[in-house]
Amino acid sequence: MDRREIKSNFLTTTVESAVNWARKNSLWPMPFGTACCGVELMAVLAARSDIARFGAEAIRFSPRQSDLLIVAGRITIKMMPVLQRIYQQMPEPKWVISMGACASSGGVFDTYSVIQGIDQFIPVDIYIPGCPPRPEGILDGLIKLQKLIEKEKFSDYSLPNSS
Amino acid sequence: MFLQNLITKVTEQFSDSILDTTEFRGETVLHIKGECVLEVLEVLKSEGFHFLADLTAVDNLEMGGFERYSVVYHLLNHGNGERLVVKAYVPENNPNLPSVESLWKTADWQEREVYDLFGITFDGHPNLIRIMNPDDFKGHPLRKDYPRIGKGERKDFPIVERNIGTKIGRSES
Repeated sequence: MDRREIKSNFLTTTVESAVNWARKNSLWPMPFGTACCGVELMAVLAARSDIARFGAEAIRFSPRQSDLLIVAGRITIKMMPVLQRIYQQMPEPKWVISMGACASSGGVFDTYSVIQGIDQFIPVDIYIPGCPPRPEGILDGLIKLQKLIEKEKFSDYSLPNSS
Repeated sequence: MFLQNLITKVTEQFSDSILDTTEFRGETVLHIKGECVLEVLEVLKSEGFHFLADLTAVDNLEMGGFERYSVVYHLLNHGNGERLVVKAYVPENNPNLPSVESLWKTADWQEREVYDLFGITFDGHPNLIRIMNPDDFKGHPLRKDYPRIGKGERKDFPIVERNIGTKIGRSES
């Protein structure tokens, strides 16, 4: 193998950036649609917006097969334990998108039964504003999440909690 | 004409438990005492009002009315298209009235809903448990003296932390 061949057949990188590159371009979302945001989320999957362009088209309805939780809609006090259980069932590494005004802040539903922002009780990486957000907004949130994943460092990971 | 005749007949039959008859936007409302609701509705059903279109309740805290709560039955006669609203009043200190589940099966879940949100109990109901709120919920939130933002129940959850990556500070950028 001469030098020119080596140059055109190899590329060097770090394991970290190779893994992050693979992770960010192959997100498997788990939709948690409880309201109209869930219906709007379907529009992002369809041909016009086509979330497949960003590698996140493999929607799984099982938390054990997905690494991106999209909370789309208002979460009530009866639903919050379910959402927490689903978050805990997802394998690491995992990310959470809070889609729309209701999931992020309770929206207009300032009542006894509606959680005023899911980030009080589960970790959230990206908030998407809107009521409901446009498909472009959801794609923008996804791209922002990809940029976060790109920058993750293995050395920053703490050891998993045993609990 | 059918409705007027029926109202006259029922008013004569239950003269001491019919409180009033009013009309609002073309709908006749029959105001009755809570304890006799089963007997009155049984007669109305046998006279043609076969269908219970809706069962709900109203808290008359600041609206006035014969009692604090009224349970509202919307009846429909499929034969001639007539509608009739029956309001059964129950007092604040003992919000209790007979169940109409024996007349209409659909009253089962609707009475559970009224019990869950207003705290009105139904005698003879086969399974009077909460239907919308969580089983361990305390209070009846559609009562007008229940605070709109609740009593702290929406803040009462364990906080789930990140398992790995806690140091990343993902929220920074």
